[in-house]
Amino acid sequence: MRPDEPLVLGIETSCDETGVGIVRGHTLLVDAVASSVDEHARFGGVVPEVASRAHLEAMVPTIERACAQAGVRLGDLDAVAVTAGPGLAGALLVGVAAAKALALALDTPIYGINHLAAHVAVDVVEHGPLPEPTMALLVSGGHSSLLLVPDVTADVRPLGATVDDAAGEAFDKVARVLGLPFPGGPHIDRAARDGNRLAIDFPRGFTTGRDLARHRFDFSFSGLKTAVSRWVQLRQAAGEDVPVADVAASFQEAVVDVLTRKAIAACREHGVETLLIGGGVAANSRLRALAAARCESAGIQLRVPRPGLCTDNGAMVAALGSLAVSRGRTPSGLDHPADSSMPVTLVQA
Amino acid sequence: MLLLAIDTSTSAITAALHDGIQVLAEASTVDSRAHGERLAPGIREVLTRAGASPRDLTDVVVGLGPGPFTGLRVGIVTARTIAHVTGAALHGVCSLDALAYAARDRLAVGAELVVATDARRKEVYWARYAVVLGPGAAPGGVGDARTVHARTEPAVVRPADLPAEVAALTAVGRGPWLYPQTMTHPLCASQDAAAADGLLDVSAAALAALAVSRLTSGTLTARHEPLYLRRPDAVPHLSAKSALG
Ligand SMILES: [Zn+2]
Repeated sequence: MRPDEPLVLGIETSCDETGVGIVRGHTLLVDAVASSVDEHARFGGVVPEVASRAHLEAMVPTIERACAQAGVRLGDLDAVAVTAGPGLAGALLVGVAAAKALALALDTPIYGINHLAAHVAVDVVEHGPLPEPTMALLVSGGHSSLLLVPDVTADVRPLGATVDDAAGEAFDKVARVLGLPFPGGPHIDRAARDGNRLAIDFPRGFTTGRDLARHRFDFSFSGLKTAVSRWVQLRQAAGEDVPVADVAASFQEAVVDVLTRKAIAACREHGVETLLIGGGVAANSRLRALAAARCESAGIQLRVPRPGLCTDNGAMVAALGSLAVSRGRTPSGLDHPADSSMPVTLVQA
Repeated sequence: MLLLAIDTSTSAITAALHDGIQVLAEASTVDSRAHGERLAPGIREVLTRAGASPRDLTDVVVGLGPGPFTGLRVGIVTARTIAHVTGAALHGVCSLDALAYAARDRLAVGAELVVATDARRKEVYWARYAVVLGPGAAPGGVGDARTVHARTEPAVVRPADLPAEVAALTAVGRGPWLYPQTMTHPLCASQDAAAADGLLDVSAAALAALAVSRLTSGTLTARHEPLYLRRPDAVPHLSAKSALG
């Protein structure tokens, strides 16, 4: 093995996607994903036990598929990496157990790593080495975090997070109010294209006065979600049609306005010149457009991995594992726990 | 032959190696919350004690439950993955069978017993067994020639709803200690004695011995699906991330 080009397999099972990725150094060889999203759709959210059962059935076939597609033999791996947390406890455990079994049977080191740091690290396979420090805005159905990242393998500092709903969760809930299917993000994005984002002035949480002072880089989306559903109910009660496109566009604007405003303020305050956006909401076209415009006028370099690498996947775990190997981090050992509430300050279990 | 047996269907996280003649090593930890942490080190420990490497494995057998799902999956995914990497043959056994098998020498041929384990939610997983002579064993032969036959499929039930004739049988597993009013005939004198004799939680040594005997008689199955016996609770985890990543 060349120390700067380790061959690492990463496993991700923190929610409803069974992801297995393989990287060599900064090069992505394969990103195999099996999703159980369809099984959850009718429940309007992820059912943990359904997700865990699906992970168990998909695990070995996904490992097999990843190796076949990459032309990699398991015996050639230099290390195995796995999401140790945060995430759904039962789901995490399937991936952690599989990764340990791989490491044990192959006699390779294992790195139990933080899912959030992996969302940041994955961009190295897309856009090359990560400038450090980087500011990371992670937005998905499970996380809404602003992170200052001096060293993605060892030093990740949370500046702010959501105090209630995650951004993606707000998309799901508003989609339900508008009669759009789960998951809500892509459907709202599509509906919003035909709408006027200035039609309705929905509230922006934690952006003014005392709220802003106390929650400088935190987010709150539950008030916005409530405001949208009240607005829709009033229209319906008055017997009027609900302008779905306008509501979707105005809601989406409120979310991405707050996200980008705070992310850029954090970059300025900490003198950081690179902003990275990750998580499933990073696939949102308006978030990408507004972030690009605001970063450009602020002189900040914006990095957003392609949508397939923004959602949960094994490649991001492999990418962080590869960096951990290259930087000589100590492996986690076969007894490391799966930690459903792993703090982001803990990059490795 | 080198057979690795794993079970995580009960509070024991247990692994054992068997060479076709005898158990070479067993490692068990009782901790209902540490399956993910203790299993892999336990497997490494039995391999080290037997001076073996994973590449030497010819067979992997896993307890399929029934048992609490989260822990159960740890054993099954571990067994599947190790078998996939090493090319060893993968087999599955109902975990309750292993507890019944561990009790075989304490009972007369023809005697019946019930295995009842903790299914949580005030229920037990159970199955009814008979002690029988194994294939090729002469009547009155040594204890090792005995085996067990399941008389029922494994099921999950509230203890009070166990059929009366089943509740009256000699019982092994945690069931009789959790529900002593219902299952009044534990095989062992105390819960500690049951634990010491591998009759409280599954022992991988018993699972390994049972698997070897079934391999010999050609009755070991390649089935490796978990015995869940319950449908998932369809309650979405709203604070979990959605499919948005
Ligand atoms: Zn994620």
